[in-house]
Amino acid sequence: MKKKVLKELLLQGNEAVVEGALRAGCLFFAGYPITPATEISEQLSVRLPRVDGTFIQMEDEIASLGAVIGASLAGVKSMTATSGPGFSLMQENLGFAIIAEVPCVIVNAMRGGPSTGLPTSPSQSDVMQARWGTHGDHPIITLCPSTVRECFDLTIKAFNYSEKYRIPVILLIDEVVAHMREKIAISDEEDPGIFNRVKPTVPPEWYIPYEDTPQGVPPMANFGEGYRYHVTGLTHDVRGFPTSRPDEIDPFIRRLFRKISQNFSDLQIGESFMTDDADVAIIAYGCVARSAKRAVADCRERGIKAGMLKLNTIWPFMRSQVEKVLRQAKVVIVPEMNMGQISREVKRVNKGEAKVFTINRVDGSIITPQEIINRIKEVF
Amino acid sequence: MAEVTKLIHNYLRHDKKFPHVWCPGCGIGIMLGALIRAIDHTGYDKDEIVLVSGIGCTGRLPVYVDFNTLHTTHGRALTFATGVKLAKPGLKVIVVMGDGDAVAIGGNHFIHAARRNIDLTAIIVNNSVYGMTGGQYSPTTPYGMRSTTTVYSNVEHSFNISELAVTAGAVFVGRGTVYHAKLLEGLMEKAFHKVGFSVVEIISHCHTQFGRLNRMGSAVEMMQWQRDHAVTVEKAAQMKEAQLKDKFKIGILVDRELPAYQDEYEKVRSWSKGVEKK
Repeated sequence: MKKKVLKELLLQGNEAVVEGALRAGCLFFAGYPITPATEISEQLSVRLPRVDGTFIQMEDEIASLGAVIGASLAGVKSMTATSGPGFSLMQENLGFAIIAEVPCVIVNAMRGGPSTGLPTSPSQSDVMQARWGTHGDHPIITLCPSTVRECFDLTIKAFNYSEKYRIPVILLIDEVVAHMREKIAISDEEDPGIFNRVKPTVPPEWYIPYEDTPQGVPPMANFGEGYRYHVTGLTHDVRGFPTSRPDEIDPFIRRLFRKISQNFSDLQIGESFMTDDADVAIIAYGCVARSAKRAVADCRERGIKAGMLKLNTIWPFMRSQVEKVLRQAKVVIVPEMNMGQISREVKRVNKGEAKVFTINRVDGSIITPQEIINRIKEVF
Repeated sequence: MAEVTKLIHNYLRHDKKFPHVWCPGCGIGIMLGALIRAIDHTGYDKDEIVLVSGIGCTGRLPVYVDFNTLHTTHGRALTFATGVKLAKPGLKVIVVMGDGDAVAIGGNHFIHAARRNIDLTAIIVNNSVYGMTGGQYSPTTPYGMRSTTTVYSNVEHSFNISELAVTAGAVFVGRGTVYHAKLLEGLMEKAFHKVGFSVVEIISHCHTQFGRLNRMGSAVEMMQWQRDHAVTVEKAAQMKEAQLKDKFKIGILVDRELPAYQDEYEKVRSWSKGVEKK
């Protein structure tokens, strides 16, 4: 038996995304330079050609996601990386990937907005854009790491989910996590569990590309493999052809939602830290979860029973875990680097069990453990 | 007739309910015929062909034909096609667009695809108007013409799509009309054989919108206009500038050799693996 070789690396969050993407089998990247996501492009432009992959710098972010979707349809795992202004431009083709059910991964290293905003300062203000940025009723999967190790792991998860559920997956990092360095150990033998899209096994003449299967995810044929079918951004029937028949539209849109909703349990990634007996619970994500963890430890030292639920899955919203925390704690604090995007979700599922308070910081600075402790003292 | 029946059976989708979306008399049908004949001549397997389109009347074309077909977002067809081609260079990727699709909303993608010399064939149906949305002016609507958004008269100047393609770096640029169907077929076939970014611009008509608003008559009369105003490149070379004033050239406008992107990128791959740069 081979010895387990651990590679210890001092990596930036962005670099860990690159390692994760390569481990997941990503062989195509198209992007456009933007701070604070540029390192992902730079590193992949070096690494991808070595493994016979392709890196291309497109003329804008619209084109980047277009190329990513094209490459994925041709059978290659593909991704792009950007920040708020570029993510805004991608919304159009993001909707296409959702309706045509094309797997792909989009990294958004969040910076302050709106518009050009704060190019080099962190923010968490794209949470709702990730959910509803593209027009039309649609499901989405969004993951959010708070450590460099999670950047690696969640990038792999993002590819796996996108392949498994045939949906674009958004990896929301903030500028702090994207640029900070931490030591991580990666082993070459470790099996991170790679999922590849399910291909049709039936003969081409029997293939129904958008079949309404019980699982909700039809097998996906790659271009050039003998299954000639039609891919469109128009609402389509099970064969992929445009339709305006209500009896075909309704089951199609409902299936798009069902393939995510019936797999909620598979999609929920989070960490409960001392929440079991917590009187005060913090619900946090991204770089803020780091401060929150420290605040919990400090509170415990002072005899305050604090705990934290860290959300790694942002969308679909981790309702059952959040409800558990709301039932346990008397007070719930939601610190965020925005005006309250996840706290609204927490308040939405709260049925009067706990008092929900927010901490909102929108000045391009991080939320410190002390700020969270002060808020706890104020309200508890 | 037998030949036509064979082509229809081989290349049109049997499981797609016709009729198609185009108006009776539309030029896109003639263009589709030429496209299918040209593909048939090249001998490509249907599985090898990816037909990509954007939005608009022309964007609806791929749904009717039996290839790998991809109907993308407005103006973005070339970006999707770029991804398909780079991911699977063995596929023959053909992109069909309208004038608004290719040079208005997709203008930036068009010049950059040409500059990179990505191995794609872009076929652009230029009917001088946004047909599907009801006849609004496009970047190729001539100065002084009417549309539903220039009811007083168009005061913008139009793009010359073929010249734009030449300047941006396309290795093959041909222009035809739907009147000259045989020439069109030949231009497409040459474009398919070319390695690199090739463009075929097709002057077509929209009698339903553009023709009606500008009193240009029926589809037949608009095709007669094409016949009377098109001059072959060979003939134009012998004519004086004054004679060419209201004419446009058809035929091969550019045919040159430049390295295609995927061949250049192969070099990048070998350099990345330590091969010395010459």
